[in-house]
Amino acid sequence: MFSKLADNIQRAKKSDFMYAFRHSPVAMISFLVAFILILSAIIAPLIAPHNPFDPATLNLMNGFSAPMVPNQYTSEVFLLGTDDQGRDVFSTILYGMRISLFVGFAAVTFAMVLGVSLGLIAGYVGGWVDAIIMRIADVQLTFPGILVAMLIFGIAKGFTPIDQRDEMAIWVLIIAIGLSEWVQFARVVRGATLVEKNKEYVQAARLNGRRSGGIMLGHILPNVLGPVLVIATISLALAIIAEATLSFLGVGAPPTQPSLGTLIRIGQGYLFSGEWWILLFPALTLLMLALSVNLLGDWLRDVLNPKLR
Amino acid sequence: MSLKTLKAILLTSSLVIGMGAANAQTLKWARAGDSLTLDPHAQNEGPTSALAHQISEPLIIRDMTGKPVPALATEWGPSESDPNVWWFKLREGVKFHDGAEFDSEDVVFSFNRAMSEESNFKELLSSVVEVRANGKYGFEIVTNGPNPIMDSNLTNLFIMDKGWAEANNAVKVQDVEGGEDTFAARNANGTGPFILVSREPDAKTVLTRNDNYWGIDEFPMEIKDIIYTPIQNQATRVAALLSGEVDFIQDVPVQDLARVGETKGLKVITAPQNRVIFFGMNQGDADLETDNVEGKNPFADLRVRQAVNIAIDREAIKKVVMRDQSVPAGMISPPFVNGWTAELDAVPAYDVEKAKGLMADAGYGDGFSIRLNCPNDRYINDEAICQASVGMLAKIGIDVQLEALPKAQHFPLIGGLQTDFYMLGWGVPTYDSEYIFNFLVHTKGEKFGSWNGVRFSDPDLDVKIQGLASETNLEKRNQMIADIWEVVQREQLYIPIHHQVLNWGMADKVDTIVSPEDTPMFKYFKLSE
Amino acid sequence: MLAFAIKRFFQSIIVLLVVGLVAFSMFNFVGDPVDSMLGQERTDADVERVRISLGLDKPFPVQYYKFLQGAVKGDFGISYRQGRPASEIIAERLPATLELAFVSAFLAIVFGVVLGIFTAIRRDGWLANTIMSLSLIGVSLPTFLIGILLIYLFSVELGWLPSFGRGDVVDLGWWKTGLLTKSGLLALILPSITLGLYQMTLIMRLVRSEMLEVLRQDYIRFARARGLKDKSIYFRHALKNTLVPVITVTGMQLGSIIAFAIITETVFQWPGVGLLFINSIRFVDIPVMAAYLMLISVMFVSINLIVDLLYFAIDPRLRVGKSGGAK
Repeated sequence: MFSKLADNIQRAKKSDFMYAFRHSPVAMISFLVAFILILSAIIAPLIAPHNPFDPATLNLMNGFSAPMVPNQYTSEVFLLGTDDQGRDVFSTILYGMRISLFVGFAAVTFAMVLGVSLGLIAGYVGGWVDAIIMRIADVQLTFPGILVAMLIFGIAKGFTPIDQRDEMAIWVLIIAIGLSEWVQFARVVRGATLVEKNKEYVQAARLNGRRSGGIMLGHILPNVLGPVLVIATISLALAIIAEATLSFLGVGAPPTQPSLGTLIRIGQGYLFSGEWWILLFPALTLLMLALSVNLLGDWLRDVLNPKLR
Repeated sequence: MSLKTLKAILLTSSLVIGMGAANAQTLKWARAGDSLTLDPHAQNEGPTSALAHQISEPLIIRDMTGKPVPALATEWGPSESDPNVWWFKLREGVKFHDGAEFDSEDVVFSFNRAMSEESNFKELLSSVVEVRANGKYGFEIVTNGPNPIMDSNLTNLFIMDKGWAEANNAVKVQDVEGGEDTFAARNANGTGPFILVSREPDAKTVLTRNDNYWGIDEFPMEIKDIIYTPIQNQATRVAALLSGEVDFIQDVPVQDLARVGETKGLKVITAPQNRVIFFGMNQGDADLETDNVEGKNPFADLRVRQAVNIAIDREAIKKVVMRDQSVPAGMISPPFVNGWTAELDAVPAYDVEKAKGLMADAGYGDGFSIRLNCPNDRYINDEAICQASVGMLAKIGIDVQLEALPKAQHFPLIGGLQTDFYMLGWGVPTYDSEYIFNFLVHTKGEKFGSWNGVRFSDPDLDVKIQGLASETNLEKRNQMIADIWEVVQREQLYIPIHHQVLNWGMADKVDTIVSPEDTPMFKYFKLSE
Repeated sequence: MLAFAIKRFFQSIIVLLVVGLVAFSMFNFVGDPVDSMLGQERTDADVERVRISLGLDKPFPVQYYKFLQGAVKGDFGISYRQGRPASEIIAERLPATLELAFVSAFLAIVFGVVLGIFTAIRRDGWLANTIMSLSLIGVSLPTFLIGILLIYLFSVELGWLPSFGRGDVVDLGWWKTGLLTKSGLLALILPSITLGLYQMTLIMRLVRSEMLEVLRQDYIRFARARGLKDKSIYFRHALKNTLVPVITVTGMQLGSIIAFAIITETVFQWPGVGLLFINSIRFVDIPVMAAYLMLISVMFVSINLIVDLLYFAIDPRLRVGKSGGAK
């Protein structure tokens, strides 16, 4: 199934796609930056000087060391300095990025699965099913994501046993951010489905006795893959930023296992005090990550949407 | 808006801000929280009292050093003839802001109001049987037994005008729970040094000097107008001070002290606060919900509690997390309090090896895991202290999962006995150990021990604690206090961390000392040019 | 038309009921208001008394029913924190938020449209490309950080603009406005930039892509062939056609502006409903939270309803959704 999909894309887009990519320095640089950041997050345990999530290895006296300057008490030296808890900022960024990216990818996957399937169903079945789904979508679209997240966070906390709250926070973020992104997917897929469903090849497939599920997946999905990919990319950047915003409101990753957003929230307290590295490096990382993903999304949109070229 | 006008505004704006600061007699005051209500008996809480102290007065106040001094009462004392009676001589010739005269009627009215069901102050007056006037300027309190420290319960108990309250339907305390909205919640008529001009909750409160104040010649009274703005976000609050938009903030984050101090025209002054920070551990239950030990409660073992006590590196917390702005503690009483001694408050030596040994002796050589509950918006760097403690406890094998919550969600966990390991801070407004014992040591029950989250219970000790209220022989009473402290320390009821230090940041023109209650009394402030 | 309107109206009511239920059920979990209401010296007996007087001891459906009963009359109870009717507090704080929201929406539209046109016309110019890339930086940082950085630059380092609050306000009796005083206008600048940046980027990109599309249309090519000047083509023909989607998107975005105002208001101590909401969460001030959430829901649902009805009026073919094809 998926190999067939991949074949389709490749045949249709390969030459054009790669050509466009090779001739867009912005796309290439963005891809490279995003790739390096994501890779280093994945292999963080291999490249990070220490594991900041293991409290037993922390020495509070290392706190507030400036980058490359020996600590006044312990004389240890840290590449990007340490934060208020004596955590190596470089390692914490790597590990924090893992959390941010995990939340981002999981939220987008959740939104994509939910949005694409609801969109397909709405477009293909039509009638009152369509009406209900799109009504929910409208409400979802107007109800802002951060409020949704705060609501879900509040409710989930009531249902979660005390000893699982840390893990819960991450899943709540994923669900909340995912819920605020699915509508885009649903709308695009529904629109495309409405168009495709009456085309001859789908009618033919239907006459041949194919099940509707098969028709939707096999014929309609490949046609909406481009726009879905664009939305997914941009949603990823949005999700990473949303996670950071929520952590400012106290609805985020726990401080003992900080995400990039939590690190920035902690770091902003040191903006005036001269410990600039606690804010600057996590903020720069977030900026590079979100920017490169955004630029890639932009470029993808242009390439996959030839109307605009 | 065109770019041109935008530019013009940007250019002139620096002048505007500068002009605002030109009025030397105005003090622009900011802190994190706003007063909750103007009704003086509805909320017993820091920022609410701090604003009320400018507008209204109790019989006795604590001055900026924390010493009780006369306010609306000029003299007072326990009665010679009846040990159950306290007498007060009231100040004559005092007028409320609306011109009404102050006399004993107002005091009787205010005390009865403060003792009513909806009042937040009734616990402080729980021993009071009757209050009565003794002539126009005399007042007496009758208690259900001798109360040697009655006077120290009165320093936040504000006096209202009876006539004003009756005329404005504000005789009852604002019943927040019952959904009442009284006149007194939004208006104020006190005898205090400043008069309320306008108030928008969470935004701006304006006060102006009461030129008819009885103490106008006695105190500096150099501030003419006060503009009070709560600024919650700490970076914004510091920014407002650095940019000169406010003159005085009560809560400078410890990391910004240096920056504020070095900024031209600004200074920071520091003093120990009447508040101690500590951890509590559930030592009473047979098994804990939030740990990974089955059928046993590790904290029930004294050796585990002692291990935790010496595994916390208070010096490191002081140096790094608090930037030297804390005093490491060995007991859960601030130094101002009757019963505090330097020996009891001696800081336990930090010793990881010994702590590990104690853990092993107790049978937890491989450690255990437990949840720690912390507030994240109540005490100075509360979350960071807990985080640092997580690391320290990890070194003796205790795997701590930290849950940091806003105070409104944190404190119910302690009251509702839903946490087995938690952070709490305690201030002692009466400056006497009895207050600590009543709430933190006495067995949890109807009237006592409401903050005893460690589930400690000792009936003999309870008898002793209750006996403190009526023991008039101060020497004997102090011995009882010392005995109780001995048990608290021996049983390692709590893990003291440190005494908080207050940091007030202000413009150079402001001249004051720091009050240990964190309550500025602006009548004492001087403004120099 | 009427049948459609009635149907939509009832759907909206159902949505409001659901939002109300969700919002209300959340209150059971955000914390216990009793503790923040009683001071340090509370006894356990006090806690019990207050719980009963608040009706917190009643079963959940009973509490929800009572809440709805009041909500219909606009009565959300008395704020636990301030001791005044929640609806009154909201009404008092709303002008600050609305002024901030409209000013930032206005800035976002003006700058968004202007820059959008510019980047569309100069598609491949270096300045247009720079603007496009810079605009992405604005949406690649969280709002709160942008706000704090603006404060650092313009208030602390340069001393040009106020860092907090609304400045002086003029009381018009039913509306306190900061738009009529100099300090009020100055105080608006940083928060509205912080709040509007994201929307500006969105509008700019939308205008740009709409413009590019319109410019490709045949009639524009004909106009150009007829020798019309570029300027008149861009503004008389192209821009006109891009405005409908821009207005729609802005309308839909108004909701998210008001939601993101929560963050902006917290950073700048802007005394609006967003700051009020954050405070009411911290204090577990249930009546205010409820009133805020219902207000926001009513606002969002109304915007939705109006947009739907407008679409219906313009194009009766759109029965169920405006959710047309891919964009």
